Parts: sequence; C-alpha cells; structure tokens
Amino acid sequence: MTPKGQAPSTGGLTLSFNESNKYKGVITISAIADIFPALIQGVEVTLKVLFASIILGYSMAFIAGFCRLSNNIILRSFTGFYVEVFRGTSLIVQLFWLFYALPMLFNFDIGSNFWAGVLAISLNYGAYMSEIVRGSILSVAKGQHEASTALNMTRFQRMRLVILPQAVRMMLPEFGNYLILMLKSTSLVSLIGMHDILYQGDLLRDANLSQAPTVYLLVLVFYFLMALPLIWLTKKMEAFSKKGVATQ
Amino acid sequence: MSETSVVTNESATESTTNNEDAIVSYKNITKSFGDVEVLKGIDLDIKPAEKVALIGPSGSGKTTIIRMLMTLEQPTSGEIIVDGKNLWHMEKNGELVPATEKHLREVRGDIGMVFQHFNLFPHMTILENCMTAPIHVQKEDKASAKKRSIEMLEKVGLGDKLDNYPSQLSGGQKQRVAMARALVMRPKVMLFDEVTSALDPELVGEVLEVIRDIAKEGEMAMVLVTHEMEFALDIADRVIFLDNGVIAEQGPPSKVLENPDNERLQQFLHRFRG
Amino acid sequence: MSNWQWDTFFEAFPLVVEGLGITISLTFACYLCALIVGFIWTFIGRMKMKPLRWVLSWVMEFIRSTPPLVQLFFLYFAWPMVPYVGVTLDPFTCAVLGLGVHYSTYIGEVYRSGIDNVEKGQWEASKALNFSTPKKWTKIILPQAIPPTIPMLGNYLIIMFKEVPLASTIGVVGILQLANNYGAQNFRYLEPLTIVAILFLVLSYPSALLIKKLENKMNRRFDKKEALHSMKESKGAVS
Ligand SMILES: Nc1ncnc2c1ncn2[C@@H]1O[C@H](COP(=O)(O)OP(=O)(O)OP(=O)(O)O)[C@@H](O)[C@H]1O
Ligand SMILES: [Mg+2]
Repeated sequence: MTPKGQAPSTGGLTLSFNESNKYKGVITISAIADIFPALIQGVEVTLKVLFASIILGYSMAFIAGFCRLSNNIILRSFTGFYVEVFRGTSLIVQLFWLFYALPMLFNFDIGSNFWAGVLAISLNYGAYMSEIVRGSILSVAKGQHEASTALNMTRFQRMRLVILPQAVRMMLPEFGNYLILMLKSTSLVSLIGMHDILYQGDLLRDANLSQAPTVYLLVLVFYFLMALPLIWLTKKMEAFSKKGVATQ
Repeated sequence: MSETSVVTNESATESTTNNEDAIVSYKNITKSFGDVEVLKGIDLDIKPAEKVALIGPSGSGKTTIIRMLMTLEQPTSGEIIVDGKNLWHMEKNGELVPATEKHLREVRGDIGMVFQHFNLFPHMTILENCMTAPIHVQKEDKASAKKRSIEMLEKVGLGDKLDNYPSQLSGGQKQRVAMARALVMRPKVMLFDEVTSALDPELVGEVLEVIRDIAKEGEMAMVLVTHEMEFALDIADRVIFLDNGVIAEQGPPSKVLENPDNERLQQFLHRFRG
Repeated sequence: MSNWQWDTFFEAFPLVVEGLGITISLTFACYLCALIVGFIWTFIGRMKMKPLRWVLSWVMEFIRSTPPLVQLFFLYFAWPMVPYVGVTLDPFTCAVLGLGVHYSTYIGEVYRSGIDNVEKGQWEASKALNFSTPKKWTKIILPQAIPPTIPMLGNYLIIMFKEVPLASTIGVVGILQLANNYGAQNFRYLEPLTIVAILFLVLSYPSALLIKKLENKMNRRFDKKEALHSMKESKGAVS
C-alpha cells in the first residue's frame, strides 16, 4: 500500500512496485522524450493556477490591507480575524478544508478544484501580504501626510497621489518574494486532483517507478525555470523601490 | 511667573479689539496634549500682508500655533477665524458644530506652509512636486500649472533642476523647492516653521534670501517661526515672544528685539546675542 | 450550519489530537535540521573560493525556489531508485531532510544577515587585538550577530510548524493525516479538518504573539543602546 494513498488527495493514484524494474534509475533519451510532453501539459495548468492566484492574492492583500486601516471597527476586526486565521493555519489544511469540508458545511460546492486551489492560495498569501500593505502605508512618513494636507488635498488625493505611490515602492520587494512562494504553493493543487506539473510527474512515476528520479528532477527543473523570471522580476522590483520613498 | 501672565492678558485684549480686518484671528485658543496644557489662551490677529515673526524658547508652543492654522493640530478650545470664516467649526441648523473635512478644506485653501524638514514628495520630480496640487486641488489646467510652476522654480533659482528628484538636491535647494511648491498655490497666508534650522550653516543664506524676496513682494501675510533674530529684525512688521504657552510680549521688532520689557525675553535674547 | 455534527467533532477530536506528538516532534526535528544545514551554507558561503560561492548561491536558489512538496516526493519516491547512492528512507526521516534542507536556505540567509549586521569596527577591533579566528567568532562576532536574529529564527519555527503537515503526503501520521484517515473511513471531513485548523491556530497564534513581544523587547533594547551611543558621541563633541 502507498502512504500517499491514504490522503484523500491522490485522486485514486496507486503505486505499483514492479518486480521487473531492471533499469533502475537509468535515464534514457526515450524516457525523457516520453516524459517531456506530459510535463509540458502540466506546466500549462500550473501557470494558470499561478496567474489566477497572483491576481486574486494581490487584490485580497490590498482589500484586506485597506480594511484593516479603516475607521470602521467592525470591518477592521472582521478583516483582522480573517488575517489571523489564515496566517495561523497551514495552506494545505486550508486547501483541504475548502475542498472537502466547506462543501459539507454549506451543501455548496466551490465548483471546481481549480477555484478551490486558487482561492486557498490567494486567501492564504493575501492574508500575509495584507500585513505588508498595511505596514507600508503606515510607515510612509508623517511629514508626507502633513505636506499634502498643507497643499489642501482631499483624503483620497493624499492617498492616491502621495501615500500609495510611496507605500507601493516599499511593498514591492516583499511582493516579489511572495511571487515565488505562490509558485511553490501551486504544487499543492495536485493533491486535490488538478492536473498540474506535479500531478503529471506522479502519474509518470506510477507508470514506471524506475524513472522516478528523472521525472522528479525534471519537475524540479521546470519549477526552477518558471521561478527564474520571477526571481529576475523580484530583483527589478527591489531596484525600483530603492528610489522615491520617505520613511520616518 | 504670575507677572508674565498678567501682561499677556492685557496685550491680548488690546489686540483683539482693534482688528476687524484681520485675515487670521486666534480667539482665546488653548491646546493640551494629554494633561499638559501647551497653549494657555492665545489671542492673535494677523493683518493681510503682515509679516509676523514668532520667537520663543524650545517647547513654548510656536510650532503648535501655526500647525493649528494649517489644520494639522486641533485646538482644545477657542476659535480661529480665517478671512471671516470659522476654521474649526461650522454652522449647522443655527448651531456651531465641529468642522468636517470638507469644511476644513474650504477654509484652509488660503493657507500655505513650509516645513522644517521640507517634506518634499520623494517619488516626484521637482516640477511634479510643484504642479501636482494646482492641477488636482485647484483644478487648474495642466499647461498653465506647469508654466506657473516653472516660473516659480526659476524665481527660487532652480530652473535648471526641473526634472531632478528631491534626493538629488542639497538641503537648501530642497527647502527652496518646498517654498515654490507652497507659493504656486497662491496662499494669502504663508507659514514658515524654522525653515532653516535643518540646514547646514552655509546653506541658510540662500533660503533666507528667497524668503526676503517673497516678503518684499508684499501682498501675502507671513508667519515665521525662527531663531534668526537678525532676519526677523530685518523683515518682520511685528515680533511675538511666546513663553510658557502665552504671548509674553509683542510689538515692532525694534522694540521687542532691542528694548524688551519682559525679563524672560531679555534672558532669551541674551543667549542669542552672547 | 445544520451540517455541523457535534458528536462527530467529539468523536474525532481525541483521535486527531493523538497525532499532535508526531506533528510537534517533526516540527522540531525539521527545525533542528534547518538550523544545522543553514549553518553549513553560511560557513561555505564565507569561504574564499569564488567559484564555490557561485555554485553555492545557485544551489541555494534552486532549493529555495522549487516546491518543498516536490522535494519531499523526490526524496521519498525517487531517491531509492537513484543508482549507487540511493537508499530507502522512512517517511519521518524523509520529511526531516526534505523540509529541513528546504528551510535551511532561508535560515542561512538569517545567519548571514546577522553576521553582516555586525559593525565593521568590530571586525577591525578583533584584528587589532590580535584575536585568533575561533576566539574572534566566539567572543566578538557571534555574541553580537545572534541576538538580533532570534525573533526571525523564532518566526521560522512557526513557519516550519505550519509546513509540517505537507509530510502527510508521504505518510507521516500527524494530525492532518489522522484527520484525513478519519474522513476517509467515515465520509466526513468537515469536523476532523476543522479540528486540525483549530489546533494549528491555537498553537501558532500565541507563539506568534510571543515572538512579536520578544521582537519589540529587542528593538527597544537596541534603541536604548543607540540612544546611549549617540549621547556619548554628543558629549564627546562638546568637550
Ligand atoms: N503631538 C504631540 N504630543 C504630545 N506633546 C506634544 C506634541 N506636539 C508638541 N508637544 C509638546 O508641546 C510643547 C510645544 O511644542 P511645540 O513643538 O509647539 O514647541 P516649539 O515652540 O515649536 O519648540 P521648538 O523650538 O523646539 O520647535 C512641547 O512641550 C512638546 O513636547
Ligand atoms: Mg517647533
């Protein structure tokens, strides 16, 4: 039996320990030729989940970040509760809860494992990043608020023209790091049956356990190749944020 | 101590009675931070185009006085009238109620301020620093706001730095930009809070020069918190000595700075002259 | 909320809680592994050989930017198949190595920042005083480098705690795995998964508060030191 099979997550995958595994760990060209197309298919799913999570996650970060700064105490404490719950529990637990438990609670289905995955990732990282949004806005120097008041700007103009442009510069480096965290976390959606790159890798491993090293190494390399542009972007964001901020 | 406050109350009542045409009047303003009463009943009228120098020991409340006019600090009690309009209160159903943000914006439009630490917007160029508020706050069209901003920056001697960012300027240059930024808004009253005290000594001159030029043009009222006594003597119409949260002495600069009555003022000036 | 069953909750609770021991001991084992491997990264990173440092930085980048879940699968499913060096590892060991090494790349950064933050003057002083290398590190550099990193290291312990349920995917029977088992047997995931969430929250939230408190305390101490420092300086200027 496979330990992984116990999780509700494997979508019926089973490991077959084949006695006829003579080619233990040998990487052949033909094996790679088999593996590649399958993994590429998975990359597409991974990227879809990633982009949806990035967009929703950043939106969540700003919405929750602003709510926590609002004067409305109900809004503030409700968002505070959301942030602490999602930061205080594991992403994998949240994912399973959204996918398995929530439908049971409300007799309501999120609709697809895609949305369960995207929602879990974006709610989780949105919670973390909302703290960055809040912290950055709060750490724009007091003098900037005062100067924009002295120029008779409205509350909204102060935020839009003066505070937010500087706060965003402070957020960028951290936001960049979260891009890579989100990419890594997309691998969890394979546990709820999304056919992402890791899931494809698991299938290939099940088909022929001996090629597991090749398969997982390639999966890792694919993730790294996807991460490279994000790492580059993070560096760019860091460089950009170095100029144009006034803090206390 | 008690003597000082008696003097204040007399001079205060005097000044409130004889000024109907003031652009700014403080009426019995007090201000407390927590339990500490920082201002203990300030009455002060500023006439249009009048240049007022505010002096006093550290912690006497000079900054607090002008920050209340800029709406950066709320008075604990009393009223401030700007151009006939009550700044911190408004009328609603025949009653005076605390001002809303909208009301504050309507009234403070005539006030401008320059800060000790410049507070330029670091993410904007010098030119953008100047033209943002005219465009967004005064709804001036972009071309004319830009033209006026460039003129103003040329006037303060920074016509060649339009596209630089604040971080690329010296302290003196930053402060001149801050003045241009405030001036393009065409305020009727301009507040200066120790605008030279964060500068290296060799940069003080260029900033004072600009203020002197503005003062000479004349039509704008100015309130300067300053430790530059020579400068105050030169440009101020009136010098006010603030001590322990009250106006302890005021009058023409020649009288207040060179022949003061108040003992604390004498000591205070002695430290600067010595 | 009509679907919520309290009796299921109370039935599942003791069963799930039983996994807490494994979850917590795995957390500490992974953390210890990360602390040690992180030290090795930092040590290699300070060596004089440039090519080695270059290779190291890419290896760390690779480990850090690929999913720990895949790394776990690699160790668990693929490692035994690797010729010559491959060995079969039990799930617990796999998890310790996988998560420990993954997070060691972060811990290594924390160490590095701690060391980099020690003032240049301190290095020069230890040179001037002719300290031996081990003495320099144990007496001067580390005592100053370690304290500021403690809150950050504490944060990573909490992060590790929340990452550990990943190990259920290779069969480590912690609280998440027990909840999943219960769910699979009884066709009810709602209550057991909620119990898991509550357990995580109850354990990690107070720890996070504690660390925040520690951080504030250290910041204050640091500020005080700074204030003293500048006071001395200004006094020096007067005299
Ligand atoms: N936001 C605040 N909260 C609490 N106390 C304050 C605050 N602002 C000012 N004070 C106190 O009010 C008093 C007057 O401050 P203010 O800044 O007006 O003095 P000042 O005359 O401008 O002094 P300086 O010459 O040092 O600038 C001081 O004792 C100061 O500590
Ligand atoms: Mg002041």
